[in-house]
Amino acid sequence: MLAAFGMPTARAATKAAPRVVVIGGGFGGASCARLIKSADRGIAVTLVEANPTYIACPLSNAVLAGLRPLEQQKFGYDRVRADGIEVVHRKVTAVDARQRTVRLDDGKQLSYDRLVVAPGVDLRFDAIPGYTEAAAEVMPHAWKAGEQTLLLRRQLEAMKDGGVVVMSAPANPFRCPPGPYERASLIAHYLKTRKPRSKLILLDAKDAFSKQKLFEAAWHELYPGLIEWVGLSSGGNVTRVEPDTRTFVTEFGSHRADVGNVIPPQRAAAVAALAGVADQTGWCPVDPVTFESKLQPGVHLIGDAIIAGGMPKSAFSANSQARVCATAVVDLLRERTPATPKLINTCYSLVAPDYGISIAGVYQPANGLLTDVPGAGGVSQLDAPKSVRAQEAVYAEAWFKTITQGVFG
Amino acid sequence: MIRRGYAIVAATLIAAPVSSWAASPPGAAACLGCHTVAADGSPVLPLGNFTAEQIVTAMQAFRSGTRPATVMNRIARGFSDEEIKAIADWYARSKTK
Repeated sequence: MLAAFGMPTARAATKAAPRVVVIGGGFGGASCARLIKSADRGIAVTLVEANPTYIACPLSNAVLAGLRPLEQQKFGYDRVRADGIEVVHRKVTAVDARQRTVRLDDGKQLSYDRLVVAPGVDLRFDAIPGYTEAAAEVMPHAWKAGEQTLLLRRQLEAMKDGGVVVMSAPANPFRCPPGPYERASLIAHYLKTRKPRSKLILLDAKDAFSKQKLFEAAWHELYPGLIEWVGLSSGGNVTRVEPDTRTFVTEFGSHRADVGNVIPPQRAAAVAALAGVADQTGWCPVDPVTFESKLQPGVHLIGDAIIAGGMPKSAFSANSQARVCATAVVDLLRERTPATPKLINTCYSLVAPDYGISIAGVYQPANGLLTDVPGAGGVSQLDAPKSVRAQEAVYAEAWFKTITQGVFG
Repeated sequence: MIRRGYAIVAATLIAAPVSSWAASPPGAAACLGCHTVAADGSPVLPLGNFTAEQIVTAMQAFRSGTRPATVMNRIARGFSDEEIKAIADWYARSKTK
């Protein structure tokens, strides 16, 4: 009777290849699939990703500013397939963590011994009254790179000189903590060079943000008077949007935009809820050594969807977690005990094409979370010379090239 | 029997190519977020260029602040001497493959 319930037991008895299914083909999922396969070719790995082309978010703010074509953000899965991984471009309709099966939208069912879910985020269209999916066609979020990025770009291009761009940023946690401020910077760069009488207002649902001192110093230096940041206590919290007039309503008043960019609150993408691995916060609690769900055994989670303690929701974090998770999954399948890991994150932000700043951290498991290693990490030096900013801008692009080559190349 | 088993495992570790993640010491894999092993034209130095001793010396200098850095000083402070040594040894072994 036990054997009838337990797929892994049945497999072990017949010595069939262990099966891993990975859901989500981004910086976390695609890497994890490939690393599992390269660590142990005896494991059958299937990657389920709805889209045949991945469009990367890092550096997509440069696309908005006209500094980079969207084409440079696009990646395919040919090399992943060439590793011997089955890549299935289907949506997941159900996950049964007890039976260890994943159902796809063509009715097919995949069984697994270990499941890795790297779903990324969903934008919450229930969080800001008025901000629906239809509203996003007028006031783009551009928080998932692709058509939304191009839409916001076109709106910026069409805006008259002297126009007002209004952005809104959500409360923590959300994908890419420095992202809204990099975006404000690069839009400001575009306005300064092409539409110098224009202005940008950034409405923020919090009173502090990532790399704040560095951004503010750079804004003062590069874009004086162009960017107005409005924090929570000054009325930055957006309570409603009115797409018909591109109006942001806050607790203190309202702002009418010529171009409006709403970065809404987020949660783990829907497949996390399907799999029963998201908690009431909308995010996924995991074991910091194995990245196994604290809610469903046999299911591992990595990337933006997880509650990662000190680690920010970034492509670098997702990739760093993928490496640890892949090792843990292989160890567990081969009945070895996973070692205690150490992880790194580094996030570059461009304030201008030749002006980069960064935040870094080193993390280890402590108290059930990934915790900052004391004394390590931090942001770029506040009084660094221009040459260092230029070097970090070069490193930002080098990082993107290296990481995308590793994940997709 | 058990001893022989361990000997086989140890031999596998020594021969491990860089893709054998199960054998990498804590933190080693994370370096590859920015660095490659073989040179590929990136301005970020490839780790395969260096001996274990060179990696250890560089990391200690980054950690103490005696070597100028943009980000490596902040990262090196997160690793102990033992961890740095293990990572350096692993990369030095990996590059010969």
